[in-house]
Amino acid sequence: MAALGASFGVLARTAHLDALAAIVMSATTFAGSSQVAAVSVLGAGGGIAAAVAAALLLNARYAPIGISVAQTFRGSVARRLAQSQLVVDESWALSGGNRRVLLGVGTTLWFAWVGGTAVGAFAGQAIGDTGKFGLDGAFAALFVALLATQLTSRARLAVAAGGAAIAALLIPFTPPGVPIIAATGAVVLGWRRA
Amino acid sequence: MSAAWATVIAVGAGTVVLKAVGPVGVSGRTISPAVERLLELIAPAILAALVMVETLASGRHLVVDARLAGVGAGIVCVLARAPFWLVVLCGALATAGVRALQ
Repeated sequence: MAALGASFGVLARTAHLDALAAIVMSATTFAGSSQVAAVSVLGAGGGIAAAVAAALLLNARYAPIGISVAQTFRGSVARRLAQSQLVVDESWALSGGNRRVLLGVGTTLWFAWVGGTAVGAFAGQAIGDTGKFGLDGAFAALFVALLATQLTSRARLAVAAGGAAIAALLIPFTPPGVPIIAATGAVVLGWRRA
Repeated sequence: MSAAWATVIAVGAGTVVLKAVGPVGVSGRTISPAVERLLELIAPAILAALVMVETLASGRHLVVDARLAGVGAGIVCVLARAPFWLVVLCGALATAGVRALQ
């Protein structure tokens, strides 16, 4: 998680996020793939609206994930609001519905994520020409790795293939950012499959 | 405000809400399995689209360049079950290497 945070910190530079912006994003958003997606879309010239839409669509899964563990949260609204922010894919998967594990793992990952981002962001500021260091190719490689963690069923595989096809077809015809949002339409390919 | 900060604040605020929906909002209730399924399928669709755009798009043009080496290295690393940091490093090195040769 710290290493992924460092990767985000370095890559954030390509979208002109300074170190402080990258660190604040990691502390508040705390959802790796959506953060990398946002800086990717911004860096590609997709604009604020497309970057925010792509990131929040990626995080839409936290609504059902949060509902699945809702019963384990106790206390006041403020307390539940704060604790709910510690839910990420990894803490949710490891917890098995145990609140202590969920919060413990979530807290550890949060510090690793924010700390890693800080290291990467400051290292990234030392890099002059991001193209020379292959950072654009690193984005594609990282998205392959993040996608691989999501391909847990045939339905998800079909949706991913559809999303890739939609994006590739739209790139020549739409402004940057639109192909990524439009790829969401591929969910119909997996919806009906058991 | 710069585009970067506007994005940071909007994504942060939106994600706080999405994460809080269950634990704060609907504690004790459930959503329909069909909607839940739909929401969970969005991530693979968008991540696959991001792979394509980051590999092939240059503005509105489809181009094949050094980034293809980066994504190829990334796929090899993922198949070898390498950790995230190694995937990123190999992707960058392969892209930079091919670019230096051109």
